[in-house]
Amino acid sequence: MEIQFVLNGKKTSADAAPGAMLYGLLREKGCYSVKCGCETTNCGLCTVWVDGVPTLSCAMPVARVEGREVTTMEGLQKEAEEFGSFLAAEGAEQCGFCSPGFIMNVLAMVRELDNPSEDEIKEYLSGNLCRCTGYMGQLRAIQKYMKMKKEGV
Amino acid sequence: MKYVNQALPKVDSKALVTGKPVYTDDIAPKDCLVVKVLRSPYAHALIQDIQYDTAMKVPGMVCVLTYKDCPNKRFTMAGQSYPEPSPYDRLILDRRVRFVGDAAAIVAGETEEAVDRAMKMIKVSYEVLEPVLDFRKAKDHSILVHPEDNWKSLCPVGADNQRNLCASETSGDGDLEAAFAKCKYIIEETYHTKANQQAMMETFRTYTYMDTYGRLNVVSSTQVTFHVRRILATALDIPKSKIRVVKPRIGGGFGAKQTVVTEVYPALVTMKTGRAAKIVYTREESMIASSPRHEMEISVRMGADEEGTIKAIDVYTLSNTGAFGEHGPTTVGLSGHKSIPLYGKVEAHRFAYDVVYTNVMSAGAYRGYGATQGIFAVESAVDELAAKMNIDPVVLREKNIVKEGQVMPAYYGETANSCALDRCLVRAKEMIGWDEKYPVQDMGNGKVRSVGAALAMQGSGIAGLDTGSVVIKVNDDGFYSLMIGASDMGTGCDTILAQMAADCLDCEMDNIIVSGVDTDVSPYDCGSYASSTTYVTGMAVVKTCAVLREKITARGAEYLDVAVEEAEFDGKKVTHIPSGKEISLKNIGNRVMCSSNTPLMASEASSSPVSPPPFMVGMAEIELDRETGKVELLDYVAVVDCGTVVNPALARVQVEGGIAQGIGMALYEDIVYNKDGKNFSNSFMQYKIPTRLDVGTVRVEFESSYEPTGPFGAKSIGEIVINTPSPAIANAIYNASRVRLRELPMTSEKIYMGMQENK
Repeated sequence: MEIQFVLNGKKTSADAAPGAMLYGLLREKGCYSVKCGCETTNCGLCTVWVDGVPTLSCAMPVARVEGREVTTMEGLQKEAEEFGSFLAAEGAEQCGFCSPGFIMNVLAMVRELDNPSEDEIKEYLSGNLCRCTGYMGQLRAIQKYMKMKKEGV
Repeated sequence: MKYVNQALPKVDSKALVTGKPVYTDDIAPKDCLVVKVLRSPYAHALIQDIQYDTAMKVPGMVCVLTYKDCPNKRFTMAGQSYPEPSPYDRLILDRRVRFVGDAAAIVAGETEEAVDRAMKMIKVSYEVLEPVLDFRKAKDHSILVHPEDNWKSLCPVGADNQRNLCASETSGDGDLEAAFAKCKYIIEETYHTKANQQAMMETFRTYTYMDTYGRLNVVSSTQVTFHVRRILATALDIPKSKIRVVKPRIGGGFGAKQTVVTEVYPALVTMKTGRAAKIVYTREESMIASSPRHEMEISVRMGADEEGTIKAIDVYTLSNTGAFGEHGPTTVGLSGHKSIPLYGKVEAHRFAYDVVYTNVMSAGAYRGYGATQGIFAVESAVDELAAKMNIDPVVLREKNIVKEGQVMPAYYGETANSCALDRCLVRAKEMIGWDEKYPVQDMGNGKVRSVGAALAMQGSGIAGLDTGSVVIKVNDDGFYSLMIGASDMGTGCDTILAQMAADCLDCEMDNIIVSGVDTDVSPYDCGSYASSTTYVTGMAVVKTCAVLREKITARGAEYLDVAVEEAEFDGKKVTHIPSGKEISLKNIGNRVMCSSNTPLMASEASSSPVSPPPFMVGMAEIELDRETGKVELLDYVAVVDCGTVVNPALARVQVEGGIAQGIGMALYEDIVYNKDGKNFSNSFMQYKIPTRLDVGTVRVEFESSYEPTGPFGAKSIGEIVINTPSPAIANAIYNASRVRLRELPMTSEKIYMGMQENK
């Protein structure tokens, strides 16, 4: 099955088996930032954007991205590095394996929510599991990043 | 100290936060064979026959390997120094399968689709046997998990395969019954902790290939790179010189990857086919055939006299190692040796244990390594004792805790040379507001709020055994290569070791490049486990730098043609003090590379005769719904004495992360088997680890002591942090509901049922 879509700003075509999920295709296309942690849509590691909306690529049939725009961290390097520097300052990337999926969701959140409260942040990101950090450092990084974005400091 | 004690980002952080391909599966060759394991549906069976002719006809299939293709040489997958205390009880593939999920065949093909299709076409005939599933009945059971003649225990750990015993020992100090005779208050209770999954986000994975020299190369997500080499050599029955192991970035370990879970499978395929091969465990495989925490049942008898002095502690632990003995003989030791010594006035103690084989998945190493289980029991028991005495359990602890300078008989007779446990306790009380909140406040809406406390200790490396070494080379232009044999698993040892080196060498951190572990070129290190890296390998860095400084000074003096006694190295240049003549490190480095007969480098190893314990206090505040038994964690405070904090940001995240895992163990995580031994907890749907909505707020502070034998005064941090949540939350639940839960996890159902019984 021939699929046309936009991957990180570039027109892309793929020959995908029926029932194939986006996760595998993205790694085939060299988007190695996209990780899999569970196969049961519990962990959030495979989060990418489809038309700007955070989506679990392990549960997104390739057929459904026909004509749509898919963004992975490979297409958001500058922003990832900017927020990532806040995460790293807290030591809260730790092993780093959940970082891409988590950061994709954080960057979507800051676009979507205006000045979110602590509870709203936790709610928005509740689907992103992390086993290393206990989440506190991630929250500190998000709050400092949002403060910087707001105040420019 | 310019870098030590600074909250620096990790040296690899930029690659990690921008999603660079740095993990095992990202860098595996694209034409790797896909390797999968066909698993037993029975808890105990003998393979009669395996038919795979039809399966091999699937296009793309390359091989199916069975027990007939494996050396009949038993080994252990435990990543421990040789001779391993864990018995040699495994084959890569065995005719006897010992748990639901045990490996029956290895299947390799060009694509995942081919392998998946072929797996369904392999016909295995089993002679189904009765399993041993109840670990309380396993010892001396008529059914043996390991009846085989070539089962072997290399160390005197009390193992006997004819009794289903993986280890057994009794130790003690003082006259136990005389000490109990002085006690007015005595409690005796039994506690039960379950197996838990480390649940690191990156599951087990390995790829292998043959290199130019005909050697087996292994790239693996492991904590024990050098042990992988030795274990594979034993398992495959080939010389160690034929194997190279490289560790890329790792997506978490927590002890899971201190067991060689996946490496043998692609290695055997590569040996048989000559092809590159890769295995990536699914989450399900990581849940049913891995290396979780040992289930333990721990009986504690504890007594205090009229004045509230804890005089006697008697601990018996029954540990379930499952189908294989990985880490069985060693984890159990910590359940007593790292719980009893928290109490410094104990006149006599006894600690006995049995570790038994059963037909469930093998246990392994998980952060805390037995101390977690023992501390849940002992720290719950202390609160039970306080309840019997009708005093505040924190007051009882204040009276009895181990103090700096005390000898700890239950901790192998070591002295607590650095111990700020008393200060940790004072500070934790202040932080949570213990005196105002203990024991319970009625919120007036059917809910109550309560607090609970627990102490913990761990070790720093294995005394007299763990070895770490590093190499530091001076390169042209004077930059340094720091070559490490320890395995950074995301915890940041590549960073903190570079921090130490930069301070020791008086240079910028940018002047030091760090190389991760490759057994062909790295200096030996036993690996990253037992809370050893900061303490043991850190000391190797300090020693290596001292030697290297001397060598740089000598080389500078030689190039300046002056006496070395009159020369001094300040990190940038060597100066001849009397004349002021100098040569820069840059010029020394460049000159070493021209007409030189001696490389400018140093390598030192470190091993410590002691294992100084870090100490900590954890206190939980919960809200409990008296109608439903639901517990919400509101606040968790932790005050930790890990000696000097080398990197406050990384250390803090270690604490927060360990506490979150401990909260999962306390409240949610459970590995559940059905009556036939099938594991129901085989995904994140069933095995629930905490999300960010489940952990409340965790607040961390450090109360540093100074460990005289540690690098810059440092002790360990990685493991101790998981030990307090289970007992602290259990104690808070008791204070809220008068329900004493002695079995984990402490679900709302158990609390509710307990409250019903109390009525």
